[in-house]
Amino acid sequence: MEIPYVVTARQDTGLNNGKIGIWLFLASEVMLFGALFATYILLRVGAPTWPHGSSILNVPMATFNTAVLISSSVTMVMAWASVMRRRFAAYRGYMGATVLLGGVFLVVKYFEYSAKFHHELFPRTNTFLAIYFTLTGLHMLHVIGGMVVNAYFWGPGARLYHQNPEWFANRVENCGLFWHFVDLVWIFLFPVLYLL
Amino acid sequence: MHDTGTAHSHGPDHVLDGGHGGHHQQGFLRTWVFSVDHKVIGMQYSVTGLLFLMFGFCLMMLMRWQLAYPGEPVAWLGAILGEARMPGGVMLPEFYNELGAMHGTIMVFLGVVPLAVGGFGNFVLPLQIGAPDMAFPKINMMSYQAYVLGGVIMLASFFVPGGAAQSGWTSYSPLAALAGSGQTWWLLGMVCLITSSLLGSINFIVTTVQLRAKGLTFFRFPFFVWAQFVTSFLLLLAFPPLEAAGVLQLMDRVAGTSFFMPSGLVVSGQALTISGGGNPLLWQHLFWFLAHPEVYVLILPAMGIVAEIIANNTRKPLFGYKTMVWSLIWLGFTSFIVWAHHMFMTGMGTVMSTFFQTTTMIISIPSVIILTSLMISLWGGSIRFNTPMLFALAFLPMFGIGGLTGLPLGLNITDIPLHDTYYVIGHFHYVVAPGTIFALFAGIYYWFPKATGRMMNETLGRIHFWPSFVCMNVIFMPMFIVGLAGVSRRLYDGGLSYEFARPVLHWNAVSSWGAWALGLAQIPFIINFFWSIRHGKKVDRNPWQATTLEWAAPSPPPHGNFVTEPVVHRGPYEYSVPGAKTDYLPQFDATEAR
Amino acid sequence: MGDHSADIDKHIRIYVVVFVSLMALTLITVAISYLHLPLPYAVAVALAVACTKGSLVACYFMHLISEKRLIFMVLALTAVLFLALMMLPIFTVADRVQVP
Repeated sequence: MEIPYVVTARQDTGLNNGKIGIWLFLASEVMLFGALFATYILLRVGAPTWPHGSSILNVPMATFNTAVLISSSVTMVMAWASVMRRRFAAYRGYMGATVLLGGVFLVVKYFEYSAKFHHELFPRTNTFLAIYFTLTGLHMLHVIGGMVVNAYFWGPGARLYHQNPEWFANRVENCGLFWHFVDLVWIFLFPVLYLL
Repeated sequence: MHDTGTAHSHGPDHVLDGGHGGHHQQGFLRTWVFSVDHKVIGMQYSVTGLLFLMFGFCLMMLMRWQLAYPGEPVAWLGAILGEARMPGGVMLPEFYNELGAMHGTIMVFLGVVPLAVGGFGNFVLPLQIGAPDMAFPKINMMSYQAYVLGGVIMLASFFVPGGAAQSGWTSYSPLAALAGSGQTWWLLGMVCLITSSLLGSINFIVTTVQLRAKGLTFFRFPFFVWAQFVTSFLLLLAFPPLEAAGVLQLMDRVAGTSFFMPSGLVVSGQALTISGGGNPLLWQHLFWFLAHPEVYVLILPAMGIVAEIIANNTRKPLFGYKTMVWSLIWLGFTSFIVWAHHMFMTGMGTVMSTFFQTTTMIISIPSVIILTSLMISLWGGSIRFNTPMLFALAFLPMFGIGGLTGLPLGLNITDIPLHDTYYVIGHFHYVVAPGTIFALFAGIYYWFPKATGRMMNETLGRIHFWPSFVCMNVIFMPMFIVGLAGVSRRLYDGGLSYEFARPVLHWNAVSSWGAWALGLAQIPFIINFFWSIRHGKKVDRNPWQATTLEWAAPSPPPHGNFVTEPVVHRGPYEYSVPGAKTDYLPQFDATEAR
Repeated sequence: MGDHSADIDKHIRIYVVVFVSLMALTLITVAISYLHLPLPYAVAVALAVACTKGSLVACYFMHLISEKRLIFMVLALTAVLFLALMMLPIFTVADRVQVP
């Protein structure tokens, strides 16, 4: 007996194994970032004063980064759509763009962080910066993780497309779900940290 | 429909051939160290878990000397453990604290859960649902490896300067933030263990939903499957906040942040040069958000095991199976909203205290329903008093005592004199030690023949059971007395420095002697375990005449588990069905199908 | 599913619409932040916009709008627990015993 429902969906649930797996993982990630947002709330409410995000952080840079991530989400879903339409070249283009845009996000983050450090603004400086660096830092780790997996499926992992395109489509979809989640976290992170 | 599987590296692990794999000879490493077979992984988890249980128990046996005879030297121990820990053979308070913190951590995270969930869950679950393996075998292997890594880090922490973590298993800030480097190792170890748990829980849920056999609907699941299923959701959704908290405490320790460090902290007469502005209660909220559901992670698999063994050894269906299942679900959900009953002494107002007290009282209802159903299941049964059944039966009153003693802790007023006393220690040990651990022993005796094809010895089993049962009560019953007298937990001298403790101090020695005797009582088990692997009575597939699917597979099951794909025809506990030819109708038996 | 081209075409059109909406909402939320509204209003607006954007990503990019029941149930459970985690700790802080 092979493991069933790796590629095809089980009839009563309508799902394949990997999709349930990735959604369960995302549920746990919601709780992880949720705990950090709860931390933000508790620390802010308990603080006698709390700076407005824009007074310390670079809003234009982060707005640009928001646009970058949203764009990368579009290219990601287009990559999946390309696999579904069996257009391999288009898939590679879109997936490559997704990885590149992720790279752009990281570069901007590098400039943001180094500017902070240059001005002697570290996590230990105050609790605002502590939660800012921790939230964006953990998010950044997820961006990197997503990029590594996406790059694998752009590169060596793409071999699976030719062997089993349906299975490959599932895997790309799952990468997409993770990548969209990373975008989703940023959609909340950005206003909370930078705009309030 | 079949999957168009291709050349990916699942390879030989999923080719079924009904016997031993003569086709692909895998090396020792691939078969026993880097296996992706759920049965091997289950045994790896079980053996590692049992070793950690033994180690954690040894830590406690050390502590119990200090509690029974505070300040008395033990020369040979002092020689082994060195001047840094036991100068002149007398335990240092710092070392006592290390033992305490690590005993709790190891027992909960490295012992009980890996055995109950990683061990029993991995080995039994796919078999009980008729699956060839877990849904994600490679992730299964990785989850075990993450567990081992976490365990190694935890053990290594004993040898770093300053020793292992010594701020309680609860690692409250600011104490833990200011503690020596062992605490950092503890945090890193926890990150590995949490990762292991998350990977495992995803696997269990997907496997249970997707890989169950034809005809196996949710309400035909054995209760054990339901228990593991609910437990997996607890692990999945409750652990991440502790992971976050761990990251935050690491930031406090390593990056100098003040997530949990309030302003104005003075240590040894010197004001700390930190930003302050943090909140120590934030740690407590995030920690207990996990740690309360965690106690249900400790008990649910145990209830599952006991349910299987009771149904089998009473030759009767479980009483109120459906109600028990809904109670499990109710229990699981409610466990997420009771956590601050661990924080009644933190200055919460009456509104929130009442909220948490109410949810805590509510959660006792499904708990009692399950326990009562198990007890009623005995009524009118043809009870077979084999070793697994003895342990399962003992679980019932022991968990009962544990649960009942929890009630005054869950009410905010009565918690005031009891919080952080030995009463608490007595309460939770009753649930976990003669509760869960007895259930785990029961499970080992019960499923040993499935894993090895041989039975464990009954006589040795009884010699293991009776002294263990007596000793558990000798150890933990006096703790209620000591706690009610007001003796705090985590006291290095067991209360010796407090006048009010004098009348009850002698009970410390009673508990200690019980603990050492309990250690001796495990020797017959260890002997039995290893001896039976080679010399136990050989048995066929279903030595217990049980009804659930795992008994359809050969003992031990080959790769892929089942020779032909099992089909389920009935519920899990069709024992003593009126008119049937035998006193049990297995789920997988096609005759007399309904 | 390789030959559901028409289906996918419709999806792609939706993706483009969502993309434009997300960009627009981003600009809107940044613009509003420059108004420096009183904190409760600022929070309400920012969260409302974020939830809208998040829903668009979840429903359309992550295909949640046409997803199976099991996934919804898992997410619903997660949402409830997420809310508990957000709200209960802050309630305990708010409901503190007041020291005179």
